[in-house]
Amino acid sequence: MGRPVRFNTKVKMVEMPDGQSGEGYFATSFDKVIGLARKNSLWPLPFATSCCGIEFMATMGSHYDIARFGSERLGFTPRQCDLLMVMGTIAKKMGPVLREVYLQMSEPRWVLAVGACASSGGIFDSYSVLQGIDQIIPVDVYVPGCPPRPEAILDGLIRIQDLVGQESLRHRHSERYQSLMTEYGIQ
Amino acid sequence: MDEQAFKERHMRLSRDSVEKETTTLNLGPTHPATHGVFQNILEMDGERVVSAEPTIGYIHRAFEKIAERRPFYQVTPLTDRLNYCSAPINNMGWHLTVEKLLGIQTPKRVDYMRIIIMELSRISDHLICNSVVGVDSGAYSGFLYVMQYRELIYEIYEEICGSRLTTNIGRVGGFERDFNDTVFRKIDKFLHEYPQVLKEFENLFNRNRIFIDRTVGVGPISQERALNYGFTGPNLRATGVDYDVRVASPYSSYEDMEFSVPVGSTGDSYDRFLVRNEEMWQSLHIIRQALDLMKKEPPGVYHADVPKYYLPRKEDVYTKMEALIWHFKIVMGEVDIPPGEVYHSVEGANGELGFYLISDGGRAAYRLHFRRPCFVYYQAYPELVKGALLSDAVVCMSSLNLIAGEMDA
Amino acid sequence: MALTNEEIKQRLVEQFPEVLQEFEEPYGMLTFTGPRDLNLKILQFLYDDDRLGFRFLTDLTAVHYPEKKDAELAVVYHLHNMRENVRIRFKIFAPVSDPKVYTATALFATANWMERETYDFFGVEFVGHPNLKRILNVDEMDYFPLRKEYPLEDQTRIDKDDEMFGRGPDRMIHQ
Repeated sequence: MGRPVRFNTKVKMVEMPDGQSGEGYFATSFDKVIGLARKNSLWPLPFATSCCGIEFMATMGSHYDIARFGSERLGFTPRQCDLLMVMGTIAKKMGPVLREVYLQMSEPRWVLAVGACASSGGIFDSYSVLQGIDQIIPVDVYVPGCPPRPEAILDGLIRIQDLVGQESLRHRHSERYQSLMTEYGIQ
Repeated sequence: MDEQAFKERHMRLSRDSVEKETTTLNLGPTHPATHGVFQNILEMDGERVVSAEPTIGYIHRAFEKIAERRPFYQVTPLTDRLNYCSAPINNMGWHLTVEKLLGIQTPKRVDYMRIIIMELSRISDHLICNSVVGVDSGAYSGFLYVMQYRELIYEIYEEICGSRLTTNIGRVGGFERDFNDTVFRKIDKFLHEYPQVLKEFENLFNRNRIFIDRTVGVGPISQERALNYGFTGPNLRATGVDYDVRVASPYSSYEDMEFSVPVGSTGDSYDRFLVRNEEMWQSLHIIRQALDLMKKEPPGVYHADVPKYYLPRKEDVYTKMEALIWHFKIVMGEVDIPPGEVYHSVEGANGELGFYLISDGGRAAYRLHFRRPCFVYYQAYPELVKGALLSDAVVCMSSLNLIAGEMDA
Repeated sequence: MALTNEEIKQRLVEQFPEVLQEFEEPYGMLTFTGPRDLNLKILQFLYDDDRLGFRFLTDLTAVHYPEKKDAELAVVYHLHNMRENVRIRFKIFAPVSDPKVYTATALFATANWMERETYDFFGVEFVGHPNLKRILNVDEMDYFPLRKEYPLEDQTRIDKDDEMFGRGPDRMIHQ
């Protein structure tokens, strides 16, 4: 007889949204269900430029697993991803590249600015560093730290998940969002 | 055209491949293969690379200009971010440079503590490089398995200085606090658990048929060309030249350590991989020797006795008069810094990391220049990759261990 | 017999009489200054000579001294003789009005990018360089940032107020 088998009985299940249920059917509103599905299967694009990228590699490792939150599959092409994680300093030379990557993502898309350099330029108040990526693209969540601990990056991801879960289906077509995009010069 | 003419044309085209047009492939700044942001514009002839043009500067943060604004002790966090995979080596190199300028002699125990930290960070950098070579040739599990043990190294740093990655460890003249028992316990745990992991990592890769086919003969370089290009570090040692700054101009009591310097023969990616692996074994050996030698020194010594440059303890600052005065003088910049110029280099994980410091007697450096090994040897990439296949170009790039932060500074 | 700084100095002075100046040894490294036009000849001599054999260019950089009129830009070469394990430092000075220096790319392949970086930061033009364009900064930049007259910060940024950082025109805390 081999070693005793232990089943993991403490699997965390996602809460079911409220709705009407009956024999063989469950009725709820679309945005709750779609939000639930989207937030638990975000496909991130790790745009790692410098030191925060190494902390992201540690987050991806098995100690602080990011796959637990549904982000198992990292994509490196913006066409397939919905979360752009900008990790590291963005220099002015890199700015247009970042904007191109952002423009290639299709709606709905979210941006997570990881680290002090991506949020505001960090310790590099110099002529060649962009003082925060929100000068060129709209950002949803900022994660401070230099570099932020993997737990902090995961916290940022959880807040993005909250945003994704509560987003209304008409948000991307609304006046407010369109005016934000025109501010940044994005059609 | 008829069949005969078609066959002739086809034969002529396949013979005269030089006259074929080339395709331009942009291995852009954001690409899973470029670890860090640098761009390569490859001219491809089918699957073969004809020429490559690297572009860097996508993470230029103007360290050298920032360092002219900051006093010496504030430049340490900048040096962290040069080669961020092995930040303590950069910190120690900077402190050694300033100590050379100021003429400070650190006690042996401090030197051994520095050696332990530098060798741990060398292991951590080589781990990333080697496992990423594995990832690029398709073997993802090596990377995941080994990252677990980098967490142990991060825990050691955290216990010493509070931070995992960009450590800002130590001060000019020593360390800010002594190693406590937890640090020694964690180092012992690492030395106990890590060797079998490294052995398993070697078993996965060293004699693996697929890995050997992917890396042998990829990106070779001869000794003369490597020296002409300014290669140092594992990339140079893989070609057969046994130049190691720790042996040639020993710093921080490396002359008391006994270790061998591994060299390769052809300078291709497989040799670089093996040289880095063997250097990790040598680093473990050095750490054990340093721990033994530390026990023989008088305990509790963690900094040099230089009140002019080393900040006193806070308890003394609030209770004693001299400590208060020294604290004020150091922070406000009233200490005498001798004017002069000094060049000091340490053996970074990628090669000879040099610091050229010109001081004019003021609080901040007049000019600080970093001699960055990645910047120097990336110039050779077009020559390494000429005539190789596209997948070889990718493996060659990752086996060179290019860290963008160090390249652009 | 080991190569000493005295021997290097003696051989250099024999080969290039009266043009080399300012022989110093800060922190053990022999440092000397040569005329701008002879830099390649001196480097070639240091490379070819059997006894001297400085065949490794460790570093090439520049320093801007605004107060030395007509010799503001100093180009500094760090050379290394790996067999004897000796390092020397060789400097040449060029005025800011005519910052042309001969390139060392033919002798050391490593000088290629190092000279591009020096051009990018200081504006030293290397005559004969195969590809002298900016390497680290944006291609459209029209000034040479590491010269002393230019500030560190980006002057067009709107969110960081110099006054709040103690760097206003009247209140520089240091420097």
